[in-house]
Amino acid sequence: MNPIRRKRLLLILLGLAAIGIASALVLLALRENLQHFVSPSDVDAGKAAIGQRIRIGGVVEEGSVRRGGEGLDVRFVVTDRFKTLRVHFRGILPDLFREGQSVIASGALTGPDLFEADEVLAKHDENYMPAEVADAIARGKAKKAEQAP
Amino acid sequence: MIPELGQFSLILALLVALVLGVLPMIGAQRGRERWIALARPAAYVQCGLVALSFALLAHAFLVQDFSVAYVAEHSNSVLPVRYRFSAVWGAHEGSLLLWALILSVWTALVARFSRSLPDTFVARVLSVLGLVSVGFLSLTLVTSNPFLRHLPGLADGNDLNPLLQDFGMIVHPPMLYMGFVGFAVAFAFAVAALIEGRVDTRWVRWSRPWTLVAWSFLTLGIALGSWWAYYELGWGGWWFWDPVENASFMPWLIGTALIHSQAVTEKRGQLLRWTLLLAIIAFSLSLLGTFLVRSGVLTSVHAFASDPTRGAFILAFLGCVTGGALALYTWRAPRFSVDTGFEPVSRESLLLLNNVFLVAACAMVLLGTLYPLVAEAMGWGKVSVGPPYFGLLFPILTAPLFLLVPFGPLARWRQDQAMRIAAPFKIAFIAALVVAAAAFALARGLPLRAVLGIVLGVWVIAGTLTYVRRFRADPQRRARGLSRESIGMLIAHAGLGVFVIGVMLVESTSIEKDLRMARGESVEVRGLRFTFENIEPLDGPNYRADHGVFVVRSGERIVATLHPQKRAYRNRQVMTEAAIDPGFTRDLYVALGEPLDGGKAWAVRIYHKPFIRWIWLGALFMMAGGLFAAADKRLRERRAQALTDAGADALGAAA
Repeated sequence: MNPIRRKRLLLILLGLAAIGIASALVLLALRENLQHFVSPSDVDAGKAAIGQRIRIGGVVEEGSVRRGGEGLDVRFVVTDRFKTLRVHFRGILPDLFREGQSVIASGALTGPDLFEADEVLAKHDENYMPAEVADAIARGKAKKAEQAP
Repeated sequence: MIPELGQFSLILALLVALVLGVLPMIGAQRGRERWIALARPAAYVQCGLVALSFALLAHAFLVQDFSVAYVAEHSNSVLPVRYRFSAVWGAHEGSLLLWALILSVWTALVARFSRSLPDTFVARVLSVLGLVSVGFLSLTLVTSNPFLRHLPGLADGNDLNPLLQDFGMIVHPPMLYMGFVGFAVAFAFAVAALIEGRVDTRWVRWSRPWTLVAWSFLTLGIALGSWWAYYELGWGGWWFWDPVENASFMPWLIGTALIHSQAVTEKRGQLLRWTLLLAIIAFSLSLLGTFLVRSGVLTSVHAFASDPTRGAFILAFLGCVTGGALALYTWRAPRFSVDTGFEPVSRESLLLLNNVFLVAACAMVLLGTLYPLVAEAMGWGKVSVGPPYFGLLFPILTAPLFLLVPFGPLARWRQDQAMRIAAPFKIAFIAALVVAAAAFALARGLPLRAVLGIVLGVWVIAGTLTYVRRFRADPQRRARGLSRESIGMLIAHAGLGVFVIGVMLVESTSIEKDLRMARGESVEVRGLRFTFENIEPLDGPNYRADHGVFVVRSGERIVATLHPQKRAYRNRQVMTEAAIDPGFTRDLYVALGEPLDGGKAWAVRIYHKPFIRWIWLGALFMMAGGLFAAADKRLRERRAQALTDAGADALGAAA
C-alpha cells in the first residue's frame, strides 16, 4: 500500500471511529433525557413508576388550586375528566395557568397519586390546547363513556 | 374593495411566479433567447405584486378594517399604531405573506445584481426561486388567505397576542425570515449549477455575498428572538432548546458551515460538491423550520392553535423541494470533477473539520427535535426530549470548534505543518490561562464551567488577534492592507469568543430567586439589597397593570429603581412585564409572579445575571462580521472582466 493510500485509510478509520463514538454518546444522552407523557388515567393504571421523570398533562380541575404556607408552595389537581392526579409545585406559575385550562408539568411521582412538578409549562395562546392534552382528555372521556353503561 | 385588490394582486403574483418558474427554465434548456429574457422582468413584476398585496394588508390593519377576518382576529381599535403594523405578521397568514414578500424581494435583487453571470445561468437561478415562490404563494392562497372577509364586519377586533406587542416582535420575524429566505438564493444557485452541469469559480464567488448576508440576518434574527424571550417571557432565560428555536438554529449551523465551505470552493476549487449539498440542506432546514413552526406538530412554547391541512401542505412542499433537489444532486453531482486533494494538515482540512463539527452538532439538534415526532409515528408513545440532552451534547460537539477557530486563518492552503501553524499562538494561549486564573483569583469560588468559558473565550479572541499581529509583522501584506473579507472574519471570530464567555458565565454563575415578598420587605443578592417598595394600579392603552416599585441598593447608594408590571389585556390575557437594569457585566432582573394572600404579598422573581449582554453582543459581532465580509471588493461583480475571460476556469464540465 502506498503512503498516500495508507494515510487516507487511517483518516477514514479515524473518521468512522469518531462518528461511532459520537453516535453512541448522542443516543445514550437521548435515552437518558426522554420524558414520557402520561395522563392521570395512565398514572392510575400504574403506567409510571415512582421517581421516574415524566411529563403529565390535562386540565387544572376547577376550584382545586391552593396556595399555602409561607413559601411559594402551590397544590392543584390535574384531570383528564376521568381520573385525577394531585400536583405539588414550588415556584411561580406561568401567566396562563388557570383553573379549567390545560397544563403540562414535568417532574416525577412521589406517591401513587402525588406528582412533584419542577416545571409547569406556559403557552403563548390561551385557546391553544397542546396535542398531548387534547389526546389525553379524549381518551379520558372515552373511558368514562365505556364505564357508564 | 381594497382587501379584494390585495387578494387579486396575490393571485396575479402566483401566476407570474408560475411563468417565472417554468418558461426561463425551459428557455435555458432549449436555448430560446426570448424565454430566457423573460426571467428578469418576471422577477420584478412578481416582487411588485407581492409588495402591493402586502401593503394592502398593512393598510387594512392601519385603517382597522374589521371586516377582514385576519385583522379582526389580531387587532383592535385601541391597539397602538406601531403594533397595528407589526400585527400584519403577528400570526400565521400574515407571516406567510411576509415570507413570500421577502422571497420575492430577494428574487428581484438577484435579478438586478447578477449582470456578471451568463444569462442562461441567471434564468435558471431565477426560475428555481420562482418555483419556490409558487409553493409559498399557493400555500398562502389555498390554506391561509389573509384577505378572507368576515361579513358583516365586526365593530371591534379581538387583540394582538400581548406577547407580540413589543419592539422585539416587530423586528424579530422579518430578520429571521430574511435569513431563512436568503438561503433560497444559495439553494437556487446550487440547483441551477446542477442542472447546468458545470460551475465556474466566478459563479461561486457571486453566490458568496448572498449567503453571507442571509447568514448575517439569520444571526441577528436568532439573537433578537433570544433577547425578546429574555425580557418578554418573564422568566429570564435566553435559550430553551425549544423545537421552534431549534428550527431556526439548525439552518444557522448549516449556514455557518456553508459560508466556510463556499470560501474553500471559491478560492481553491475544493469541496465543490459538498458546498452544493450544504446549500440544499440549509434551505431545506429553513423550510423544515417553517413547517415545525406553522404546523404545530410539536409541543412548543411557540405553538399556536393551528390547522393540520397547512402542516400537510408545507410538508408536501418540503418533500418536493428537498426530495427534488437531492434527487437532482445524486444524478448530476458525479459529473463535477473530483477534487485535486489536499494534505491532512492544511487550511482546507481545518475548514473541513469546522464543517464536520457544525454538521454533527446540527444532526444532534435535528435528532432531538424530531425524535418526538418519530416516536409518535412509530407508536412508541408520546415523549419529549429534555433540554439536558442538548445542554450536555452541544458543548461537547462544539468545544473543538472553539479550540480550532484561531488556527484556520493562519494555516496555509493545501499543505502546512502543525508546528508552524501553532507557533505564533503561544501568547494567546498564555493570555487565556492568565485571564482565567486572574478571574478565578478575583471571584473566589468561580465554578469550573465559568473558568472554562473564560479560557475558551479569551483563547478565541486573543487567537484572532494573533492573525492581526502576524499580518502587521509582514511588510508586504501590510502594504496591501487587510481585505474586508478578512476583517469580517476577524470580527465574527472575536464575536464567537465574546459569545462563549457570556454563555458560560450566565449558565454557571446566575443567581435566580423565586420568593414571596410583602410590601417593604428586602432581599439580598450578591451584595445588592432589593426592596419591594410599593405596588399600585396603572392603566395602559389596552391593558390594566399592577405596577411594582423595587429599589436596589448597594449599601446606602441606590443602584437602580425597577418597575415590573403584571398586565391584564383586553382579551383577558395576563402578561408579565419584567423590569431589567441592564449592564455590561451584569443584569438585574425583577418580575412579578402572582398576588398571594389576596394581594398582601407577591410572588417575585429576582435574578442576577452576570455578563448576559455578552451573548447578544457576540451575536452582533458575528452579524457585523458577515456583512463586512459580504462587502469585500473582490466579491463584488465586475462585468467587464467577467466578459473577457468568461469560462476560463470552469470547475466541472458537463459530460
